[in-house]
Amino acid sequence: MTAVTAPRFAVRASGTRPLAGAGTLLRLALRRDRVMMPVWVAVVVLMVVSGVSSIGQLYDTTAKRAELAADMTANGSMRAMYGPVFGDSLGAIVTWRFGGFAAVLAAVMSLMIVVRHTREEEETGRHELLASAVVGRRAPLTAALLAALVANTAVALLITAGLSGQGTAGALALGLAIGGIGMLFAGMAAIMAQLTESARFARGLTAAVLGAAFLLRATGDSASDDGSSVLTWLSPLGWAENARPYADERWWVLALLAAAVVIQLAIGYVLTERRDAGMSFLPTRPGPAEGRISTAAGLAWRLQRGSVVSWGTGFLLAGLVFGGMTEGAADLVGDNEDAREIFERMGGQAGLTDAFLAAMVGMLGMVAALYVVQSVLRLSAEETSGRAEPVLANAVGRLRWASGHLLIAFGGAVLVMLLGGLGLALGYGKEFGPVLGASLVQVPAIWTLGALALFLYGMFPKASVAAGWAASGLALALGWIGPALDIPQAVMNVSPFGHLPKLPGPEMAWTPVVVLAVVAAGLAAAGMTGLRRRDVTT
Amino acid sequence: MTKAITVSGLHKTFGRTRALDGLDLDVETGEVHGFLGPNGAGKSTTIRVLLGLLRADSGATQMLGMDPWSDAVELHRRVAYVPGDVTLWRNLSGGEVIDLYGRLRGGLDKARRADLIERFELDPTKKGRTYSKGNRQKVALVAAFASDVDLLILDEPTSGLDPLMEEVFQNCVAEERARGRTVLLSSHVLSEVEALCDRVSIIRKGRTVESGSLADLRHLTRTSVTAELAGPPNGLSHLPGVHDLDVQGHRVRLQVETDKLDAVLRSLTESGVRSLTSTPPTLEELFLRHYQDDVLTGEEEAVAR
Repeated sequence: MTAVTAPRFAVRASGTRPLAGAGTLLRLALRRDRVMMPVWVAVVVLMVVSGVSSIGQLYDTTAKRAELAADMTANGSMRAMYGPVFGDSLGAIVTWRFGGFAAVLAAVMSLMIVVRHTREEEETGRHELLASAVVGRRAPLTAALLAALVANTAVALLITAGLSGQGTAGALALGLAIGGIGMLFAGMAAIMAQLTESARFARGLTAAVLGAAFLLRATGDSASDDGSSVLTWLSPLGWAENARPYADERWWVLALLAAAVVIQLAIGYVLTERRDAGMSFLPTRPGPAEGRISTAAGLAWRLQRGSVVSWGTGFLLAGLVFGGMTEGAADLVGDNEDAREIFERMGGQAGLTDAFLAAMVGMLGMVAALYVVQSVLRLSAEETSGRAEPVLANAVGRLRWASGHLLIAFGGAVLVMLLGGLGLALGYGKEFGPVLGASLVQVPAIWTLGALALFLYGMFPKASVAAGWAASGLALALGWIGPALDIPQAVMNVSPFGHLPKLPGPEMAWTPVVVLAVVAAGLAAAGMTGLRRRDVTT
Repeated sequence: MTKAITVSGLHKTFGRTRALDGLDLDVETGEVHGFLGPNGAGKSTTIRVLLGLLRADSGATQMLGMDPWSDAVELHRRVAYVPGDVTLWRNLSGGEVIDLYGRLRGGLDKARRADLIERFELDPTKKGRTYSKGNRQKVALVAAFASDVDLLILDEPTSGLDPLMEEVFQNCVAEERARGRTVLLSSHVLSEVEALCDRVSIIRKGRTVESGSLADLRHLTRTSVTAELAGPPNGLSHLPGVHDLDVQGHRVRLQVETDKLDAVLRSLTESGVRSLTSTPPTLEELFLRHYQDDVLTGEEEAVAR
């Protein structure tokens, strides 16, 4: 953020009532988020609270939990993933296993909420009309932050209530830590929203900070087994960990979190008041006077290339990290009968390194499904924004227009999985062929979810965005929580990933792969037929 | 002369809303055809059907001798479209969009592109997000006028343009006509329609209520007459087609249906005419009559309920 250009200074005084209208705007925000916000809150809370029963069943005695805690804390790879375990109570184990991920989810929820009600409003021009009413200069940001506060308070309270059976103090500390991380990234998003003119870029920047925070914490924890590394302390996610819910809670760390939130909010407010509405601190560069894009596919690539590059980079990095953990993780799991069982259910039957690799490949595959769904649904965004209409008024058939985006979606899924697999193999240092092959075996399942989104888009355009995300979210949730909950295979088979062979390790099974590819092709063909026949909506 | 666009009995419903209810439209090749109607009358829906973006429920449509739905792609090589509300990609410059649209239509006249950019005073290096509404409109207009096509479909293309740019736009349309291209112009700017259009179609509630040359349409409406007479007027109120008669001593103001003008003049000259002004109906009056009918029938329906 060094290249801040001098913005035109707006009038410093922010009017006589800088908060006028904030209450009304908050009601507007809550009304607009009436579906999205409860779903996010439910996902974050359920993730943690369901852990009580799933972990409680697997590790039902203090002895078992103490052994797990000792094993996990002794293993650098596991510490990098989840952090150290600070106690052998059920609460401490649940905090260790799900707390960090719930905090990351709360952060994503908060950054979405804040950017949606600040920069996105300005970018779309809706803000201008609102600002012309009796709305103070600080009101929009305040309303967005209050909306995030409502969501994070709900998360904190529900987690506290859901875990209170394991001890109230620990439950409260965990709830506050997760909600606090949410608010911290709400504040971060409030700052990023001032820096860029694009809502997408503001979300990306905040997510990058979140990713960096995770990496710092992971690196710090892999080096130290009690969360005391400097790197861990540099990451806000490390603070949440160091609040140590269920292990002699350190309340002062939560106070540190609160102080950081306040400081960020102050920065956000100062920046808001120093810029003009709709403007930003990072300048927009002019583009070429003459364009080289000459086809619908070229346009699709130009619009989506940034996304492909970031997903690809992310997968390569994630692969490298997971690959590097493989050896250590397998050592550890080998000692523990129950953990071995989880990994085998997630991953496969053969050797434990294979099982770990298979679990990681499967996780990458499920995340890649989010890429493909997002990329397919770009069609819907183009159509509903009115940008597709003039393109289709040119000599571009609908199928050709769509196929550019679809090539990037479905081809990009292959590329992203190859990069993820390459990262895994490089990080692990051997088994290049099997790991790359295992990564590619995920592709038909990824395609099936993408093709389902395409089918919905072609046939039921109005429902496609919600239904497409819901389907991929369900697949992700089943794959993520299913093995720990020991969900029956019949239910797991709802997800296309449930049918795949758990490679590397076992024999390759061609039947499910071929069947999934055929299903994907059928769904895609039906979607394209629907798109060709229906009205273009605006 | 062959027809560039023929539409007859076009129907389109969205759920319970009847957007088009038996619409007819004929556009001759080489003419500038005004397409008028109050908001929500179905102008944009008709245009979307013509562009193959919507599928008609029933009715026959032909554009440049082809079917707008099944021959869409082939047809669009010869058609340029400017929507009333241009949305651009945030991170693409105006120049990139102009070139893209040109190429997607099958040809862009480089010299004309440069000329148009200069005349419209457009900065092609700015990114989509930073353009004002008028400038976004210019991007689409430059792309359309620089394209090598036979038919231009313009849906309220000048919303957001300043008066100087409005003039540039009118010159461009005139040039297009001079080159023998056909233009379908949907607009609310009546001076623009009056200056540019050979013929107009007025639609209301998804149906065509009037279609013809401006002269034809004028004929159907009233002329205002103001006269100063030598003696008191005589029997004017009994003449057919006379409305809003206002007599103050020797001064007369009235409105008369244009085809009944003859009898009125005869009656006036009988009293001796000192001065006479006769104003043909303005387009505003012409359209207001149709638009207001809409309001009136709407009110009647409301009352009937």
